[in-house]
Amino acid sequence: MLEINGLNAWYGESHILHGVDFEVRQGEVVTLLGRNGAGKTTTMKSIMGLVPRREGSVKFRGAETIAMMPNKIAHAGIAICPEERGIFGSLSVTENLMLPPVVAPGGLTVAEIYTLFPNLKERAHTAHGTKLSGGEQQMLAIGRILRTGAKMLLLDEPTEGLAPVIVQQIGRTIREIKNRGFTVLLVEQNFRFAATVADRHYVMEHGKIVDMIPNQDIPTSMDKLHDYLGV
Amino acid sequence: MIMIFGVPGPLLFGQLLLGLINGAFYAMLSLGLAVIFGMLNIINFAHGALFMMGAFAAWMLLNYVGIGYFPALILAPLLVGIFGVIIEKTIISRLYKLDHLYGLLLTFGMSLVIEGLFRNAYGSSGLPYRIPDILQGATNLGFMYMPNYRGWVVLAAMVVCFSTWAIIEKTSLGATLRAATENAPLVQAFGVNVPRLITLTYAGGVALAAFAGVLAAPIYSVNPNMGSNFINTVFAVVVIGGMGSIMGSILTGFGLGVVEGLTKVFYPQASATVVFLVMVIVLLVRPRGLFGKAA
Repeated sequence: MLEINGLNAWYGESHILHGVDFEVRQGEVVTLLGRNGAGKTTTMKSIMGLVPRREGSVKFRGAETIAMMPNKIAHAGIAICPEERGIFGSLSVTENLMLPPVVAPGGLTVAEIYTLFPNLKERAHTAHGTKLSGGEQQMLAIGRILRTGAKMLLLDEPTEGLAPVIVQQIGRTIREIKNRGFTVLLVEQNFRFAATVADRHYVMEHGKIVDMIPNQDIPTSMDKLHDYLGV
Repeated sequence: MIMIFGVPGPLLFGQLLLGLINGAFYAMLSLGLAVIFGMLNIINFAHGALFMMGAFAAWMLLNYVGIGYFPALILAPLLVGIFGVIIEKTIISRLYKLDHLYGLLLTFGMSLVIEGLFRNAYGSSGLPYRIPDILQGATNLGFMYMPNYRGWVVLAAMVVCFSTWAIIEKTSLGATLRAATENAPLVQAFGVNVPRLITLTYAGGVALAAFAGVLAAPIYSVNPNMGSNFINTVFAVVVIGGMGSIMGSILTGFGLGVVEGLTKVFYPQASATVVFLVMVIVLLVRPRGLFGKAA
């Protein structure tokens, strides 16, 4: 579904990604693991076209997207839930939820999103999206891209800084949307959480993919993982 | 004769009405400036020139094509809006990644060029534009005579200002606009064509200025300097109201017009400076402006 080859990215003078190669197959949940600064978020942003300069190849459903504007990539069917969540303070909760345009049929209805995240229904009339708690903001950031019909979701550290009970809820949500046929690329610091939702894990170091670990091999790869992630 | 605070009633009300009319222009112009600044990060110094172009467009439509006032209220903003699209696409869009100062310099330069071209072609003594027949005359309100056209200006300005507010605060297009003002790259990553939205925002702000220009044509004479006479006060209004608040721009515009009008009654010497005095006080007490959000 998503094939990335020789992806390079720059912020100004700093060269962040040095030839990233990996693929995500239809219906998979794949994680990018790695230490801070390894280039995980930059990889997500590069897929979406949100870096100032990128080179290489990002193919989505066989079509090259490297030269496309972000809005065209969104209409091809990729949606991002950014690391900083990107909830808009000048928009109400409902306005935040309805903001991303529908790009394809087959997205979740608002009722289905409220079933996944009952808290959001209770807070629907909150006047400023940023008045929500961190967990609620994360649910809103995920919920609003489920509406759009994009089938490839980029979730950048959706569990960062959240209480364990909310992390579990987000884990259930990721398994649920996988069952519905969505494909997910997930950035995670917490590989124990990643192991509960993902099919495969790519490990990043210094702007490159250095290893791929299928989820069933996690128990036998613990030493290697500790080494990579420094935990 | 009724006296209010030692001032004859009709004089007081007359100046209040004049203040409201000036306030209506301040509101329409500062509203457009605030919307443009929020979205483009450009302080649009060409706003006064575009206001003037609106008045000239109405004059040209009448004198060259025979199109009257009411159609001009729609057509002139449309034409000047198209001009706005062209200058945004070809010139202003090159500056988005640079400091505010460049946008200010560019648009200031553009206003000088535009005003110069009109001065060359039409001189600076001003051209007359007749009040449409249906709005001629005055109505006795009991406490004063109100010229019909002036009442119409205040009414039309209020309708346009509050419609703009409603579009921005209450519609999904407005929500997209507000979101893009906060974080344009993310909104674009959701699939919104942000560059087009920016162009439309500029065109919308410019069209508001041109609409104000048409309303102004029968009151002030149509001349190349009519915009620059207004624009200094309008920038003070924007500073007082605070950038980025739509309702703030509207209320501050009308409010300061009234303050100016009242000053003309009670202390005429200060009427030209009172807005700037208010600006100094507001900046001392509340630097982000009356309605501005904390940075």
